[in-house]
Amino acid sequence: MTNGLFLEGAGLVHANGQRALRNVSLSLGGGERVAVIGPSGAGKTTLVRVLGTSLRPSEGQVFVGDADPWQAGARALRQLRARIGVIHQSPPIPPRLRVVTAVLAGRLGTWPAWKALVSLVVPGDAAGAREALARLELGDRVFDRCGRLSGGQLQRVGIARVLYQQPAFILADEPVSALDPALADLSVGALVAESEARGATLLASLHAVDLALKWFPRLVGMKGGEIVFDRPTAAVTTAMLHDLYATEGRALPQQGIDVLKEERPANVVMLKRPGCQ
Amino acid sequence: MSAGAGAIAAPPAPMRDPAARTRATALVAAAVVLWPLLWLAEFKPWQLFDSGNLQVMASFLAGFLPPSMAPDFLALLWKATLETLAIATAGIALASLLAVPLAVIATRALSVSRIGPGPGRLAGSALRTATRGVLTVLRAIPEVVWALIFVRALGLGPGAGVLALAVTYGGMLGKVYTEILESGDTRSARALLEAGSPRLGALFYALVPSTAQELASYTVYRWECAVRASVVMGFVGAGGLGQLMDQSMKMLNGGEASTILLTFLALVIVADAMSAVIRRVLT
Repeated sequence: MTNGLFLEGAGLVHANGQRALRNVSLSLGGGERVAVIGPSGAGKTTLVRVLGTSLRPSEGQVFVGDADPWQAGARALRQLRARIGVIHQSPPIPPRLRVVTAVLAGRLGTWPAWKALVSLVVPGDAAGAREALARLELGDRVFDRCGRLSGGQLQRVGIARVLYQQPAFILADEPVSALDPALADLSVGALVAESEARGATLLASLHAVDLALKWFPRLVGMKGGEIVFDRPTAAVTTAMLHDLYATEGRALPQQGIDVLKEERPANVVMLKRPGCQ
Repeated sequence: MSAGAGAIAAPPAPMRDPAARTRATALVAAAVVLWPLLWLAEFKPWQLFDSGNLQVMASFLAGFLPPSMAPDFLALLWKATLETLAIATAGIALASLLAVPLAVIATRALSVSRIGPGPGRLAGSALRTATRGVLTVLRAIPEVVWALIFVRALGLGPGAGVLALAVTYGGMLGKVYTEILESGDTRSARALLEAGSPRLGALFYALVPSTAQELASYTVYRWECAVRASVVMGFVGAGGLGQLMDQSMKMLNGGEASTILLTFLALVIVADAMSAVIRRVLT
């Protein structure tokens, strides 16, 4: 079983007739890390949902691992989905749930039913949940209600759920949109470290260009439901970024972690990451 | 950005609220339908205040006063109240045993095949429709009819009442549970299903936590209805306060009837308080 992701000529038209993706072809090797950037409404969320087997493309093909999810039987599809971890921009977690339960829910796809039911009363693996939360500096909130957390804390609970799930594919849809620059950097770093440690394939859509440049060796730019560029980060020029966001002479959307402000030879943004080179 | 480079021209923004016409039409249609219905139902409220009618009603109500407080009647009342509470509680417990599995099958919020849509979509949708059909049949037949059927099998007494409540209220609880589960935030359940969680996992880790208050509040409200329903069922010999009420009315003892009505009032107040406590615990 490989951990690759593959799209061939994929298009998606929503039920209301609105087109969200047009002729998207994209291929990720197992363990590869890619950031998807682009303005609002570019189709980043739809791309994540198609790869996460949540939306079925109206045209073209999608492969997750070796499997076409829409040709698989119900059981095979469920097993495939248990290997996919999706981080949602607004975490789909009921406020009444305790943080520990929300994180442990990540493994419902692999736990037997009795364990899932018992864990509602006595958390089955509180230590595991705490460990995942601690990587996002949230280890002290294990037994709080999710409704008592701030938006940024809840977003990190959503990330911790996927870290605890240990999926082969991590698909993140604007996973740090509610976090301050330092925590955003920490959280994306935790996702990258998880991908490195277990060889998980990581695709993250990001609104902050500087985070994408810092942590990802490959960038995909999207606009109007299409892929505009797809190349190694080192080969992405500032002009391409300005063109993507149509921000001639204005600032690019960024988190503020000071990557773009540094000197770059020949207008090329270098991949810069502490402890990487 | 250069014009025509894959850009789609935005349609001109509408000047009028596009929803206004639909809403106005719906309002007029509702009035046109309701007016003849009121005539059909012979809804003539002014007749209430006709002097002759007022007198008839007043003398009828006067027969209910004062409430009877005879000690031997109160002893009977106490026993009947306990019996009614037992019928209602056992009935609701059995009804939820019936309703919960049916609601889990019938609710769209827990459908895996709807995601995509994926494999087994037609079979899933057929199963949901069939289950909804079962729920409809269960609740379409009034509990008093079920009671008449069960009395023939089990004989006179509370047993028939419990079974009748279980069947009808199973249908009602099942339908409303189904809809409550669909009306909350279903994204959380869907996210779990998309991560390979089985349906029961998504039910208990997502849907129940987000709808616990409504589920509990509706169940307690149905318990309250079951207490009242036992009046009708008592008329067919299913025991409890209903049977006592039946006897008092037949003997034209208005005082006893009004004491029984006061008991119902007290029980409804208790149900209200229970509901409030449960909702507070579940916030």
